[in-house]
Amino acid sequence: MAFVILALLVWAGAWVLNTRLANGRGARSRAVQLAVPLIFGVTILIAWELLVRGLEVDLVILPPPSLVVVTFLGNLDTLWADFVQTILKGALAGYVIGCLLAFGVSILVDRYDYLRRGLLPVGNFMAALPIVGTAPILVMWFGFDWQSKAAVVVVMVFFPMLVNIVAGLADTSSMQRDLMRTYSASYWQTLFSLRVPAALPFIFNGLKISATLALIGAIVAEFFGSPTVGLGFRINASLGQLSLDMVWAVIVVAAIAGSALYGMLTLIEKRLTFWHPSQRN
Amino acid sequence: MSDVAATGANSARTSRSSPAARLLQGSLLPSLTVVLTLMGIWYLACVPMNIKEVLTQAERVGAEIVPPSAIERRDAGRIGLIVQNLDLIGPSWSMERARLPAPHQVAVEMWVSTWEEEVNGRRGIVHSGTLSKRSLVYHGRVTLIATVVGFLIGSGMGVLLAVGIVYNRAMDMSVMPWAIISQTIPIVALAPMIIVVLYSVGLSGLIAKAVISAYLSFFPVVVGMVKGLRSPDTMQLDLMQTYNASAPQQFWRLRLPASVPYLFASLKIGIAASLVGAIVGELPVQRGGLGARMLGGSYYGQTEQIWAALFTAAFMAAGLVWLIGWLERRTLRAMGARP
Repeated sequence: MAFVILALLVWAGAWVLNTRLANGRGARSRAVQLAVPLIFGVTILIAWELLVRGLEVDLVILPPPSLVVVTFLGNLDTLWADFVQTILKGALAGYVIGCLLAFGVSILVDRYDYLRRGLLPVGNFMAALPIVGTAPILVMWFGFDWQSKAAVVVVMVFFPMLVNIVAGLADTSSMQRDLMRTYSASYWQTLFSLRVPAALPFIFNGLKISATLALIGAIVAEFFGSPTVGLGFRINASLGQLSLDMVWAVIVVAAIAGSALYGMLTLIEKRLTFWHPSQRN
Repeated sequence: MSDVAATGANSARTSRSSPAARLLQGSLLPSLTVVLTLMGIWYLACVPMNIKEVLTQAERVGAEIVPPSAIERRDAGRIGLIVQNLDLIGPSWSMERARLPAPHQVAVEMWVSTWEEEVNGRRGIVHSGTLSKRSLVYHGRVTLIATVVGFLIGSGMGVLLAVGIVYNRAMDMSVMPWAIISQTIPIVALAPMIIVVLYSVGLSGLIAKAVISAYLSFFPVVVGMVKGLRSPDTMQLDLMQTYNASAPQQFWRLRLPASVPYLFASLKIGIAASLVGAIVGELPVQRGGLGARMLGGSYYGQTEQIWAALFTAAFMAAGLVWLIGWLERRTLRAMGARP
């Protein structure tokens, strides 16, 4: 019971602290803006730990975060193998292939207006569909190893990328295109020195959306069949043994991978699209 | 989504011209071409995808096949096999349990497992009074209910949290970064665990799946709604202040109406995510639903069953997104927006 009361106290204390910080004089400073969400996150972890201990929650229902950390550190080899299998082989290969494919098709779409009017409604329709459902079919075609996961990722990533790149390529003014014409630039010169750079904010938006989709595709595809390694396989296998601490450790890996990919994309975006209003404060 | 709106505006603009010009300028004819081309590719792809099974079947009936031994055929290329046995590829489009069933086979399967099963089947709704457990109507209904319940919970809570974030600085600064980070995490990975955990506390079936659906639709709605509630600019807020509007008045008369377009845009994303959540949530517990149907089909090699379930899910997603779009148009028109 003492743990529960302590958890409530920690929660209330952190709440008061955050309210003070957020409404205080230094609220605009970078340190406070970083500290407030951090305090919130740490408070959730502490309250979770204390509540699980205080209420003696069964390990099968919710393991405390300390146990998850111990499991994570104790199984680094297994988790690294799973990470390589699912993220580096399945998700990343499919992501790269899918994005390049979408870029190629979007240039075709851009050159032939008939294709644009035909493919865009279909692409918009497909982008909203539960494409994860193709996973069982693709697993049947490409086998249990990472190739089938990459195929699922290609299908998932393709349409959001296509819609974004096509929208981006249309985002130049006629003034800018006319200028290129007065330079007597060819179609490809215009494409690569004007329109692709102008499309970069859209392309990065698509890349960011697709990054999460790629991870989801690679993990969910493993639920339909996988070798005995991989994040999705590990989740299913650990659930079968009711070792939820391992499941949480896998989720930590997926979360780190997702945030790292997103962070890297944001960094590259900042370097490449420094001229865009959204990057200039 | 904005592209859908743009094409809608396009067709509205061209609707005054003659029907022939509309067909040429609009997107109906080109999209039909694309869909028909995809169908054509699908029919063509059936030949190489199914050639090995087709030849094995032909051999059983007694036909002469060019590499006569099964081992040679296993290692041979698919295109080579087709060229050498051109007269035998007929059954490519009528194989049972084909690696790639032809579109008409999928259509027949969908018809058989909906109308035929319910109306003429022994366990269908006409003869037994309850939906047959072998029909897509039953499984589709299971998934649809979980999706809608989860979506309503998730988007409702999302709107509430967004209001909290907009009106409470501490909440904004502490919750918002995590809401954005959580978008970069493959949340679906949590689905099997949520199912198992809720099952062990005694909750199963609908509620467990609805929790996942709610979770997936929650964050898009929060992020979109916060953007929407903040969309009124200083001029508009100042105007409200000169009217001496109270905080509730400012909320109901300015912020909420201004957020409606943002809300509907994120509701469209949310309902699609909800459907994915419900389908993935059906994978660990085989108790009906389209996800269970897909996994069952992949266990037993019933490819037509997987394709039929996939198309049902696709139509359901399209219908749900369309429904939200229809509500959006109705609401915006009722609020006085010009289309």
